[in-house]
Amino acid sequence: MNATSSTVQIKGLRDSLLVALTGETWDENQSALLTQIDGRASFFQGARLVLDIGTQALGVDEMVQLRDLLSERGISLWAVLSESPKTEKTAQLLGLATRLSNKSRVEEKRPAAAPVGEDAALFLSKTLRSGTRIEYPGHVVIFGDVNPGAEVVAEGNVIVWGRVRGVIHAGAKGNRQAVICALDLSATQLRIADEVSATLKPQKNPRPEVASINKDGRLQAELWQPG
Amino acid sequence: MTAKVVTITSGKGGVGKTTAVANLATALAADGQKVVCIDGDIGLRNLDIVLGLENRIVYDVVDVIEGRCRLRQAMIRDKHFENLFLIPAAQTRDKNAVSPSDMVRVCDELRPDHDFILIDSPAGIERGFRNSIAAADKVLVVTNPEVSAVRDADRVVGILEAEEKYAPALILNRLNPAMVKSHDMLSAADVLDLLAIQLIGVVPEDESVIVGSNRGAPVALEPKSRAGQAFRNIAKRLQGQEVPFLDLDKQDGLWGRLQRLTGGRK
Repeated sequence: MNATSSTVQIKGLRDSLLVALTGETWDENQSALLTQIDGRASFFQGARLVLDIGTQALGVDEMVQLRDLLSERGISLWAVLSESPKTEKTAQLLGLATRLSNKSRVEEKRPAAAPVGEDAALFLSKTLRSGTRIEYPGHVVIFGDVNPGAEVVAEGNVIVWGRVRGVIHAGAKGNRQAVICALDLSATQLRIADEVSATLKPQKNPRPEVASINKDGRLQAELWQPG
Repeated sequence: MTAKVVTITSGKGGVGKTTAVANLATALAADGQKVVCIDGDIGLRNLDIVLGLENRIVYDVVDVIEGRCRLRQAMIRDKHFENLFLIPAAQTRDKNAVSPSDMVRVCDELRPDHDFILIDSPAGIERGFRNSIAAADKVLVVTNPEVSAVRDADRVVGILEAEEKYAPALILNRLNPAMVKSHDMLSAADVLDLLAIQLIGVVPEDESVIVGSNRGAPVALEPKSRAGQAFRNIAKRLQGQEVPFLDLDKQDGLWGRLQRLTGGRK
């Protein structure tokens, strides 16, 4: 399906429309997109939109405005794909998906763009509230709490300087050496690679803990011992 | 005069959003403020019932938006206060009949002539919620001391914080001090510990609230009601006054004295 305007390229996916915006500025992109949509209102009506905005950095205000403009036209913004970390963060904050589930081009690109493993880490200085999902192909460090209903999925380790009461999955791609550390580890569920442990008992006087897969291949949490 | 738009929302249903709107509106009006309430729950309207104005509805907010009547015609004057109005929701339509920019337009038209515009948001985080917060200057999140309600409130606070426009404040509704004491209910501290936002009021569980809602006479009108007092205090705080929180859990507080007077549990 070819779009008439060169700024806006539209591709049909199985359950959504992938729209790639290639304009220079965001204003240009947004108005080109809205022109396209208003020109073919019936085609877009009720669509689930995946936006690919390349390297452009979008703030919360811009993304919220676009989402509202789309929703007024009966279109739901479902995902935003971007190479800009700022845009990706914004999208995650607004609860939008930032990659497509199967054979996502973003996912294919990622390992090449950011070599993951030893050194790549995402640092978040905030509390993750219910409904927030953070996915990252490296380590994740959170300076704040992980509230119940929030999820963190990392291919590397997860370190939380705060309380964990949500779900944490470390070593998501099968790394059984991954660890999860937190000041208070009363998570609803912890996962490392494919090992799962259900609710850890909440403690009266929380102490820092480290969860890892032990010699018997079971996930276990241990109190952190200094030294 | 330019009105402050306050949206009352919660995520979870049944925690007392509509009751809170009716009571805050009544309390603000009793303080002499010019108030309009807008029912944002298109298709499931009930703010009119709680305010006791059901039988006076001719036009609703969708009629205004779609140009079938003027804004003034859809504003129903309250039974008790002539400076309190309700703009009801449409019962025969759904949330898609209104868009966020429609709500902004309606509120902008109301702003010059009023002090407060209270919007009753529907439960959920979809279209109706988006409509309701679109024009908000301040958002009050209502929750109950229950794990499920707090979880949904947390989600809503997350959404509001992500948009950076609204500083949400919390109303903890239906707290039962006796149950908190016996560790059968989350305390205000437990809830705040998780949500970490400003607390604007704690409303104790009070049977007269239900009676008031059914009769269409908000409990904020009752001078003796504890819940009514709590709502009146929140209304004062919305007007920028410093009001100390009701002492709910100390035995030597008013609640304790009340319990002793009524021979209640220690």
